[in-house]
Amino acid sequence: MDVESAGWLQALAGAGRGREAALARLHELLVRIARGEAARRGPRLAITGPELDDLAHQAAADALVAITGKIGQFRGESRFTTWAYKFVIFEVSAKIGRHFWRHPAVPLDAEDWDRLPGWFGVDPAHQAEWGDLFAALRRAVDSELTPRQREVFVAIVLNDVPLDTLVLHLGSSRNAIYQVLFAARRKLRAALVAGGYLGGNTAGCS
Amino acid sequence: MTGWPALERFLRTDPRDVGCEQAMEMLHVYAELVAAGEPAQERYPGIAAHLHACGPCGEDFEGLLAAIRGETR
Repeated sequence: MDVESAGWLQALAGAGRGREAALARLHELLVRIARGEAARRGPRLAITGPELDDLAHQAAADALVAITGKIGQFRGESRFTTWAYKFVIFEVSAKIGRHFWRHPAVPLDAEDWDRLPGWFGVDPAHQAEWGDLFAALRRAVDSELTPRQREVFVAIVLNDVPLDTLVLHLGSSRNAIYQVLFAARRKLRAALVAGGYLGGNTAGCS
Repeated sequence: MTGWPALERFLRTDPRDVGCEQAMEMLHVYAELVAAGEPAQERYPGIAAHLHACGPCGEDFEGLLAAIRGETR
């Protein structure tokens, strides 16, 4: 473990003023990283100004709690600050997901299939050229997917719901929703390959 | 991202993909390797595959990388 990381661990494991000073210094770092991350993502979000700053402060405070609670899990595989920054990045991510859950751009359970070509960047003027493909994709969504897979596909692809927002809506985890979508993608690709709409496997992929 | 290629990319899955949980568990290690110019993709192909495919985890990775690079600048 590097000297600086060992210093952080020692200070945070201690007591009294030394620990308080380390906590204050860590919090200051976390606020700076949270602000930077919120600003980095800000242009793509409908969150600005004081609301974005509040989000950054909340993320830093929650990250500090998580870090002090899990400090025993730090194994020195990276610098301590990198490990700590991971928590604040996750908190910013989660808080943005929560924001969109409270203020959805479209109803989470809407189902507008006309949005499908647009999600894949097809120019409306050229959508007719892709009509057969998207019709086949829609049939595959209806016939191949389980209800849960269909629900996740519709939310993320048709309704453009951020995955982290869907996680909150379904009371699930990012990994669980990703695995549902992963399985759905495999099934849909297999159906489109079988129907002659897509080519076969690419090396390393399925 | 336009039409057919974009759809094909979205539907393509990589069997090496480790999923969100494992990728996030090792994200700090992976990000430091990338920041140091080390061959992180070769050492952790499953994490690389996941970050390429999962938008939210890829976004978290970019954020952590930016944080590290900002600190070391």
